Amino acid sequence: MIRLPLVLVFAALLFSAGVYGVLARRNAVMVLMAIELMLNAVNLNLVAFSASLKDVSGQIFALFVIAVAAAEVGIGLAIVILLFRNRASINVDEVDLLKW
Amino acid sequence: MTAQEYAFLVVAVVGSLAAIAVVTARNVVHAALYLVVALSAVGVTFLLVGAEFVGWTQILIYVGAIVILFLFGLMLTKAPIGRDTLDHQAQNRIVGGVVALVMFLGLGSLTLRVWPIGTTPASAPVDGSTAAIGTSLFHDYVLPFEVVSFLLLAALIGAIVLARKDDGSDQ
Repeated sequence: MIRLPLVLVFAALLFSAGVYGVLARRNAVMVLMAIELMLNAVNLNLVAFSASLKDVSGQIFALFVIAVAAAEVGIGLAIVILLFRNRASINVDEVDLLKW
Repeated sequence: MTAQEYAFLVVAVVGSLAAIAVVTARNVVHAALYLVVALSAVGVTFLLVGAEFVGWTQILIYVGAIVILFLFGLMLTKAPIGRDTLDHQAQNRIVGGVVALVMFLGLGSLTLRVWPIGTTPASAPVDGSTAAIGTSLFHDYVLPFEVVSFLLLAALIGAIVLARKDDGSDQ
């Protein structure tokens, strides 16, 4: 079967790619995609440890994370569409209405 | 190395390349399609580890629903193309790349220090069948399950209220 560290390294790479995407992307939809990558890396860790520890709880938590991620994408895209309607741009560096 | 590990290595390499392509692609639609590959690789990894139910849920919800939502979002917001409109300036990209690289090397070396590949025993497949998940979900985790359903309802109503066209009238 698959040894634990192999899966963990794959998850670390997915998470790092997500971090790069959040920091380097300007388009809000692309930032949301990068966040999805990071959530998936966490799910991968939860399921890998669930297999390693022989405990099904990790998979339950992965399911909860999937549900919360679905809610997050729905709300996030609604905000992005609202932003586009009001500002005709979804670049995250141009959304500075709340800047002090 | 077992057959599952070879299969996992292929899937992990494909998924890693797709994940890197997601955050570097010049075209937003291409990025969404690379996201399909990366999320499918994660789903296949779940199946290989033995988490059947979570694996199929991953493929159904992420590949089937969330990516479609992303494509809708891209098409409703003009889907700009090109590095200048999609990414920050070169300085931000370099900082982001350094942070991501340090994070990957840190996490990877820590993982391999705690669980060396050579000496870590392979774990037997976990029981991730629908029956096992359902028993645990509705036996030990009923309250969190209900809370998540309420959260989904709130998110649904919130998304509708946010994205609805406001025509100014009270009706």
